[in-house]
Amino acid sequence: MKSNNIFMEYTKNDIINFLLLMFVALLIIPITIESGYWYSSILIPWLCLALASIGQQIVMGYAGQLALGAAGFMAAGAFACYNLILRVPDIPFFVALVLSGLIAAAFGILFGLPSLRVRGIYLMVATLASQFFIVWMIDKFGWFKNYDSSGIITAQDIVIMGKSFTSPLEMYLVIVFVVTVLTLLAVNMARGSTGRNWMAVRDMDIAAESMGISLLRTKLQAFAISAFYCGVAGALFAFTYLKSLEPVAFDIKLSFKILFMVILGGLGTISGAFIGAAFILLFPVLLNSVGNNIFHGAIDATIISSIEQVVFGVLIIIFMIYEPLGMAKLWDNIILKFKKNN
Amino acid sequence: MAQERRFPIGSPILEVKNVSLSFGGVKAITNASFSILTHEIKAIIGPNGAGKSSMLNCINGIYQPQQGSIIFKNELLSKVNPNLIAKKGISRTFQNLALFKRMSVLDNILIGRRLHMNANFVQVAFQTNKARREELENRKKCEEIIEFLEIDDIKNTPVGKLPYGLQKKVELGRALATEAEVLLLDEPMAGMNVEEKREMCRFILKVNDEIGTTMVLIEHDMGVVMDISDNVVVLDYGKTLADGPPSEIRANQDVIDAYLGVAHD
Ligand SMILES: Nc1ncnc2c1ncn2[C@@H]1O[C@H](COP(=O)(O)OP(=O)(O)O)[C@@H](O)[C@H]1O
Ligand SMILES: [Mg+2]
Repeated sequence: MKSNNIFMEYTKNDIINFLLLMFVALLIIPITIESGYWYSSILIPWLCLALASIGQQIVMGYAGQLALGAAGFMAAGAFACYNLILRVPDIPFFVALVLSGLIAAAFGILFGLPSLRVRGIYLMVATLASQFFIVWMIDKFGWFKNYDSSGIITAQDIVIMGKSFTSPLEMYLVIVFVVTVLTLLAVNMARGSTGRNWMAVRDMDIAAESMGISLLRTKLQAFAISAFYCGVAGALFAFTYLKSLEPVAFDIKLSFKILFMVILGGLGTISGAFIGAAFILLFPVLLNSVGNNIFHGAIDATIISSIEQVVFGVLIIIFMIYEPLGMAKLWDNIILKFKKNN
Repeated sequence: MAQERRFPIGSPILEVKNVSLSFGGVKAITNASFSILTHEIKAIIGPNGAGKSSMLNCINGIYQPQQGSIIFKNELLSKVNPNLIAKKGISRTFQNLALFKRMSVLDNILIGRRLHMNANFVQVAFQTNKARREELENRKKCEEIIEFLEIDDIKNTPVGKLPYGLQKKVELGRALATEAEVLLLDEPMAGMNVEEKREMCRFILKVNDEIGTTMVLIEHDMGVVMDISDNVVVLDYGKTLADGPPSEIRANQDVIDAYLGVAHD
């Protein structure tokens, strides 16, 4: 064991990893990848959903609250951002984005209230209310959609300091910026006293309380911050990936997807959010291309999508039983073995 | 006992007056009264099911007694919860270990510092000077406790992976980290061998001697109880049977009949 991992000072490894990631994200990728497809269909949704997964991770992986309804908070963020840009003249994009997160956070507190009374599967059902309520509210009151009757509203262009960011690469860069900042903040919270309090509530709430942790404040804080991340992710998702605002895009299936990303990626790790999101997004793409290129379309698309579901289901069960820390832990173990062998 | 104490035993810091607690039909505590003096080590003894743990749970705010009052530093504790009691300066350990299993030893003990850390989540997220300073200061304190308890080598291990005896030690460490005025220790030496018990006693005595922490200790090992406690209260079927210094308790006929006379494991 290293004895010098006093975290506040990032270790040398942390900094090297970070610089390496930034180098790849800001230089290698923009230089080598030209195809818009990669940005619009893979990198952009990956980063958006990874951000939402961090939100899910905070409430579930760290604070141990089995919440299901990330997509509802994403919808809140997305429509908040749309309305802010629509109704507040000259509002800077990043201000709108942060406010959208805060509005989602308010919903997070509201729908986190059941966590003070119920837990486990009951909480899961209770938090589903957020999913249905938020989407219903947006549908019900025309104001949120600016009385647009078509049902699909085009998202405004992202304009930052007079420059519009509309090409796939430009939008990708905006997202990399937001995701990097929010990930760093999440890592700081997770490693600091904030995250410790969450984990204490997760592991043994009565002891946490006896040490002076307020369960009420800590749980609602986790719900609020989680919803903030989901809200920002939802706004980015709508503005860069969907390029439109439609409540149906934020259905319960998306909430489940985010839940699975966190479980497969690994509960209680920030990196797990990214790994899980990559896996859930890329696996179907991979499966499709295997179907097309190896079996030349001989396998029916519906079968492929069934295979996908079965594989996800089996993996989730396997991970829940054998490796609750998910792929992030698996990856660490592989690296560790690799280092030992050398 | 040492003749000269750095923190001589003083007036009552915690008074339990006519407390009764029942769960449905089960009477866990019946009209129990005793007091705990500042800076003393007080043992609570009694057979299994006598209501000892329930008593600590009442003091700690986990249970609300149906009758009676608990007074801490001349203040009546009513409508309390564990969080509030922690803030007032009472900390504890649990009979059946209540550690944060997936967190490291160091992190567990750091939670004990909770009330000494007040940077909010925004300050933590942005790693402001206040957040960094506070984290480092409190880590240093925890390192001292870890050194004191001689558990340096396991400080980064998740506590869930540790053997029982070590977990008990970590839980004591977490309670010590709070620097509470009163520590409630629920069978801190259960399941330990003689050697481990001796070590644990040494820690308890040392903390009491050096910083004057008032200790309330539930323990079954009479050797240990008679050795380290200043006063002993005996509970039997939820009632206080006797209360006094070890020598008196040892000679008390009621206690001998009810408890000391019969063999205990
Ligand atoms: N949460 C509870 N619900 C119901 N009965 C309880 C509860 N806690 C304790 N009791 C009962 O109260 C009595 C005293 O228990 P306890 O305080 O644990 O005794 P001790 O710690 O002295 O062994 C026992 O009869 C026990 O079954
Ligand atoms: Mg007990």
